[in-house]
Amino acid sequence: MAAKTLTIDGKEVSAAEGATILEAASDAGITLPTLCHLEGVYDVGACRMCLVEIAGTPKLLPACTTQVSEGMNVTTTSERLQQYRKMILELLFAERNHVCAVCVANGHCELQTLAYRQGMDHVRYDYCFPKWDVDITHPLYGMDHNRCILCTRCVRVCWHIEGAGTKNVAGRGAKAQIITDLFQPWGESDTCTNCGKCVMSCPTGALFYRGATVGEMERDRSKLEFIVTAREKKQWIP
Amino acid sequence: MDTLRVATVWLGGCSGCHMSFLDLDEFLLELAQKVELVFSPIVDVKEYPENVDLVLIEGAVCNEDHLEMVHKIRRRTKAIVAFGDCAVTGNVTAIRNQLGRGNAASVLQRAYLECADLNPQIPKEPGIVPPLLERVMPVHEVVHVDYYLPGCPPPADRIKALLEQVLAGAEPKLAGKDIKFG
Repeated sequence: MAAKTLTIDGKEVSAAEGATILEAASDAGITLPTLCHLEGVYDVGACRMCLVEIAGTPKLLPACTTQVSEGMNVTTTSERLQQYRKMILELLFAERNHVCAVCVANGHCELQTLAYRQGMDHVRYDYCFPKWDVDITHPLYGMDHNRCILCTRCVRVCWHIEGAGTKNVAGRGAKAQIITDLFQPWGESDTCTNCGKCVMSCPTGALFYRGATVGEMERDRSKLEFIVTAREKKQWIP
Repeated sequence: MDTLRVATVWLGGCSGCHMSFLDLDEFLLELAQKVELVFSPIVDVKEYPENVDLVLIEGAVCNEDHLEMVHKIRRRTKAIVAFGDCAVTGNVTAIRNQLGRGNAASVLQRAYLECADLNPQIPKEPGIVPPLLERVMPVHEVVHVDYYLPGCPPPADRIKALLEQVLAGAEPKLAGKDIKFG
């Protein structure tokens, strides 16, 4: 495969043909802010955090889905990019209900971390305060749409790592949402394998393990009953 | 040099930010030498005074008293600091906004009627109990805010960092983990 030579932030870099700007930058030790990108699954350029400037192109392009080309001159940090990244974060916070103080992911959230790293100390836009549901029909996991940023990491791991194809996106614009199967409660899904990869991939607290908050512990005594019945009545009733 | 006239105000919040302020411990003694605390929940002054240099506002704007108060504060104060997540974002106090139109009535009904063990009644005392606003707002949605001090609550070190910058005569500027929400 042919190698391409390009410049990233004034640094001469070579990368394999077909590599993305994000990969080339990462190899050169240049870190870009990312949110929807996840090592191991393909990129979709959904969040626009990794937007870069390319000399000769008026548009800003996402580094994660733009391939390197010969002689390309890329800038990853500028006043303009900084402003846009901050604006994107503020819009994400304004669009749904992100209440860090009472979130299961507080202190372990990629959205929260990016916000302070990009210098977001408040949101200039009016909060939308939309009404979204929480799906806790699955016995092991929950989905809080209030905290979802539609990065689609969960959809990609579900289809391309687990191969189950349970998670999908339905709707458009601000009404877009993550769904399970044909828009049914997660607990009623025929395809979900309960693998938990979606929960592992989620950057925020939108997908979470159940049983971790106050009052959620439920005892299952059926196994005890099974053993006692088996011992006393010599009957093995599942 | 004139001492800095400082105020702290408690709007729609849990007072956790003020608790964190008291966590400044011995720095409070240093602060007392350098500023005059002209109005605060921990000072027995009833009326927000004129010519305040700096105010820390805890809490969101939730009721009619808060609304009147923030406008008064803006008129009488040089620099407003939104103090804590409720003031900066609305935080927990603004969760009722998700219930849409009529949320003020429905939260009162839930808290004072449905969940009441004794004497279920919605508090109503014109001129004393302020009516809730239809929508909870972060402070900067109502008046111009000069500086932001996020956190739920902002840790004492963070409050100290901002106050030290002000005392040094610098423009307060927090960055990195010092502007982390939650």
